[in-house]
Order: sequence, then structure tokens, then C-alpha cells
Amino acid sequence: MDKFEKLTGIAAPMPLVNIDTDMIIPKGFLKTIKRTGLGVNLFDEMRYDREGNEIPDFVLNQPQYRETQILVAGENFGCGSSREHAPWAIADFGIKAIISTSFADIFYNNCFKNGILPIVLPQEQVDVLMKDAEKGSNARMIVDLEEQTVTTSDGESFSFEVDSFRKHCLLNGLDDIGLTMEKKPSIDAFEAKASQERPWV
Amino acid sequence: MAGKTLYDKIWDAHVAHEADDGTCLLYIDRHLVHEVTSPQAFEGLRLAGRKVHAPDKTIAVPDHNVPTTLDRINGVIENEESRIQVDALDTNAKEFGLHYYPVSDVRQGIVHIVGPEQGWTLPGMTVVCGDSHTATHGAFGALAHGIGTSEVEHVLATQTLIQKKSKNMKVEVTGKLKPGVTAKDITLAVIGRTGTAGGTGYVIEYCGEAIRDLSMEGRMTVCNMAIEGGARAGLIAPDEKTFEYVNGRPHAPKGAQWEAAMNWWKTLRSDEDAHWDLVITLKGEEIEPVVTWGTSPEDVLPISSVVPAPESFKGGKVDAAKRALEYMDLKPGMPLSDIKIDTVFIGSCTNGRIEDLREVAKIVDGKKVADGVRAMIVPGSGLVRAQAEEEGLAEIFEAAGFEWRLAGCSMCLAMNPDQLAPGERCASTSNRNFEGRQGYKGRTHLMSPAMAAAAAVTGHLTDVRTFN
Ligand code: SF4
Repeated sequence: MDKFEKLTGIAAPMPLVNIDTDMIIPKGFLKTIKRTGLGVNLFDEMRYDREGNEIPDFVLNQPQYRETQILVAGENFGCGSSREHAPWAIADFGIKAIISTSFADIFYNNCFKNGILPIVLPQEQVDVLMKDAEKGSNARMIVDLEEQTVTTSDGESFSFEVDSFRKHCLLNGLDDIGLTMEKKPSIDAFEAKASQERPWV
Repeated sequence: MAGKTLYDKIWDAHVAHEADDGTCLLYIDRHLVHEVTSPQAFEGLRLAGRKVHAPDKTIAVPDHNVPTTLDRINGVIENEESRIQVDALDTNAKEFGLHYYPVSDVRQGIVHIVGPEQGWTLPGMTVVCGDSHTATHGAFGALAHGIGTSEVEHVLATQTLIQKKSKNMKVEVTGKLKPGVTAKDITLAVIGRTGTAGGTGYVIEYCGEAIRDLSMEGRMTVCNMAIEGGARAGLIAPDEKTFEYVNGRPHAPKGAQWEAAMNWWKTLRSDEDAHWDLVITLKGEEIEPVVTWGTSPEDVLPISSVVPAPESFKGGKVDAAKRALEYMDLKPGMPLSDIKIDTVFIGSCTNGRIEDLREVAKIVDGKKVADGVRAMIVPGSGLVRAQAEEEGLAEIFEAAGFEWRLAGCSMCLAMNPDQLAPGERCASTSNRNFEGRQGYKGRTHLMSPAMAAAAAVTGHLTDVRTFN
């Protein structure tokens, strides 16, 4: 996983509440052999019409939001199924942080596994950030995980909570595999011993 | 201090790291890979710029998606998604340098049949695969369990698995089996006793005279369905039969290594004073040939019984049984042996080995598949197929009117062209009778190969003990 560096980027407003995993990535796109490549179908049914043409009104289709890296979303984001295709699609689009008043539990966990930072803030603060996001591409929001702050383009700053272990993993780009690799000396030592004791394996 | 179980011993021999909270990194000796649960794992490796830690311990074979009709030799898999997954495995196996048995290789087959057949599976090993029926390999006294795609990636990258230890359950089957009763009946009878959640949190060790008396093939059948009982894995302590089966296989140790291995393997048994969290005992002579009537493997009854009334169950099972009977289109009180079938499927990692096919041949020799019944036999590997042909079994099957297929998972699951049509009823030697498992709205009755063979001839579920 990539390290989660301090992020300065375009934020897109999606005030809709209860954005579920089927909206994030519809079922038809699950028969894939990849985790990548799902970004073009992110929010597919909101983003394209039946003929596959972009719906100009949809936020991510607007020129100023095409490079979005931060989503500011309505409450209960990511509800629905446990499938990891939803965070895969979000990450593949290039979104690295999602801000909302609440997230569905499984989705919240899946985000961390895929290098995405979900940020929970109170309603008033999300409202301020939503307004800031509406300004478009000239307004860059800053997400600083180290300091645990989100800063608007006007310099207004809010701090957020995050589990310290998860923070450590995101900052250092550690997934389960990354963490296990930190224990490589133990694995190497085990292999050396096992090759003596059970050389036939 | 109490002695150790077989599971304790294998576990202890494979802990590469233990954290303060008891979470362990368990070292994996063999990683089996098939086409359905691996593509995203390889993709993950590529994205992170990681390698396969131990390609020489990683064995890949396509099985779930591959067609089993004879014409597959000339070519392409018609279903695009299936083809893409098989092609992806091909690419990944080559790119990462894995041991690989492609569709065109005579050794190709169901991953859980190929592993033991090629001598990859050995006593005392840890074996994983992105497939729940990995429990099969426990028949060799190997700790074998199924894992998810993210864990497949973890094992590929590190050759370890993050695990906490399970509890120990002993399932003892005493005495001798009656004629007509097989390993499949034992394993279904155990699930009938424990329920499908009874094994949750446990690793089961099967023991007792009836288990000892089983061939290696039979032991694999028993362990295969440990997962249907909810257990993490099933184990049988290795003995002379195990060593004899393993000896001479392509990847089994040879010479001095064989001697060294044998010295360790002989210690792989539970100590007399080992601690068991749960013990279950069945009397071998009381087990009858069984069939399932519902949509869970625990819905199992002796073939001599009648379809049960939902009211005879307790709690949530009453509604589940009602729903199952509706799905299966069965009425309470009907003798199980009156249930007519449309299809017979003999195969799968539960019962697709040579011994299973010999059992079937004994029953159907000189007989004919009943009119209107579609019956197929799908060997578990290309080598099983070749051996059955050499022994003259294939001729018996074809003369009786069975389709004689190439190796694969076939109708065990509805992922390839072999599927039940809606409403079609199947006597099947596979392991799952869930709704839709063998095809949308298909109806599955699980049973032993001998019972399925008898059903093929009579056209209805049949007590193999009275069949002639
Ligand atoms: S035969 Fe059936 S249970 Fe066995 S691996 Fe194939 S699909 Fe799974």
C-alpha cells in the first residue's frame, strides 16, 4: 500500500445521504479479475446514462472535479454489502480521503485496508467543508493525517479522531502484508530452522 | 502438563511468530491455488511490487471453471468470464514461476485431488488454498484449511497466515461399518449429529477403528466435509496406510529424506493424555447409508427413513425445514427411497477418486442407467481418468449409459457449463446441497458414490443394501 502522505487536493461535494455500495460500484462490475480498473465505473449509475454517456450534472463529470482526491459526503456513507470492490473503485479513481458524519462499519474498515482515510466529523464542520468543496478546483483542501486535521481553502481547521494503530498503518503504508513483512526476520529464522529439521518440505 | 493433540503438535511446529495477544504467524508449507479466488491476490502483489515468497511451495491448477466435455481439448472456454479467469491463472503461474498443471496436462484436476496425488500433501504439513474444501488434505495428518482472497495474497507474499489457535475436538467412530456403508456416510452422519455449526471454532481429529479401517481415499472423503460441520479443519493421524500412499509419489521425499520424514511422521499422533475441548463418539455399526433431504448438509437421514415433518424440529429450524421442503418439493412422510431423480452426478473433491469410481463400477456393471435419467461421471483428475480407463471401469460406465467426462469440479458448483436446470433433481456425490449450488433452482440430494450409482439404475433414491 502507498503511504498516506499529507494530502492537498480537490474536494468534491456529495451531500446525498446513505450512499450504498451498489451506488459506489454496481453489481455488474464484480466479475472482474482485478482490483484496479474499477475507477471508470465508480458511481456508474449516477455518472452515466443507459447509453454510457456522461451525465454532465454529476459532480465528478464536471471539469473542476475530475481530479477529485477528497469526497465530502452525506451521512452513512458506504452502507450495503461487505464487498471490497467499493473501496477498490474509490481508490482506483484516485480518491484518498472521504469526509462524512458517519460511515457504514464494514466499509469504514475496508477503507483502511485499501489506503483510504475515512474521516468522521460533526455535522456543522461537515457543512463548512461541504461549502468549501462546492468552490471547485481553485479551492484545495488539506488533509493532514499526522496532525489529524482537515483544513479548508480559507485556512479554517478541524481536528479528527483516528485509531492510533490504523493511523500508524496508513502513514507507513502498511497493510496486513506490510505488517507481516516487518516480522520478516522471524519468518527467515523459522525457514532456516525448518529447512534443517524438515528438509523434505 | 497435559499431552498434546495432533493439531497442537502441527501447530507448534509451524509458529513463526507469536504476538502478546496470542495472534500467530503460521508458516505455510504448501499453498494450492486455483483460478477463481486468486486473480485479485496476484493483482495485489503486482500493484505493491511484491513477489511470491516461495514459488516452489505454491501449486496452481484450474478446476472450478473448466468444461469437462471431451471437446474441451480443441480449445476455448466459451464462457468469457471463465476463460478470463483460467487465462489469468495461466499468466500468473508462469510469471511468478509456480508449479502449474494447465488444462492440457494429464495431471490437471480438482486441486484437492491433484495435491495428494502428486505428493505435495504430506503428513505434518500446513496446507492452505483459497477454497473451503482444503480440509481434504487433513486425511494425511496435515493441518489444512481454506482461506479468503486477501489471505491468499498474504500467503503468496509472506508464506505465512495470521491465525489464532482453534479448539480441539475429537470425533471417534468406533467398531466396524456394516456392508454398504462408506466414508461418505460417516462424514454425513457426523454432520447430522453436530449440525453445520457444531464444529465452529474447532479443529476436528477423526479417530477410532472405523476411521483406521478406511483407505486414504475414504479418509479424504471424511476430512473433506469437516468444513460442512463448521470446523476450521479435519485431521486423521498418519499411519502405515498413509505412508504407503505417499511413498513414491512425484513430490514425496526419497532415500535418506524419506527416512528422516518417517521418523517425524511416526510421532504425529495425539498423546494419550491430550486435552480435548469436546469429544463426540459414534458407533460405526449403527451408521446406515444416508441421503440428504433438505438444503443443508445437516439435513441428513438414513435412506430407510421418511421425509421429516418441519414440526419435528425445534426453534428456527422449523421454518428452515419448511423452506427446504418447499424448495426441494417434498412432502413429509414420503419414504426417501420413493424420491425420483432426473440426474446423477458422480465426482467432486469429496468423491472423485479411483476408489469411488471402483465402487460405482461394482454397482452398475452390466446394468443400465434408468430411462430419462442423465448420469455423468467426472473423475477428479486426469490421472484418475487414465487409471479408470486402464482398469476397464470406463467401459463399464459407458456401457451402462453414463457420460464419461474429463476432470474438473463440474456439477459440484454452478460455475461451468455442467448445471442443473430449474426444478431438476440430482443424486450427487458432492458436498453441498445449498439452494442453487448445482444450478439455479436445482435440487440436490447428497450421498455416497455407491448410493448415487444405485439411484442412476433405478431412477429413484435407493438403499444400496437391498439393490441387486
Ligand atoms: S469439487 Fe466442488 S467442493 Fe471441491 S473444490 Fe471443486 S467446487 Fe469446491
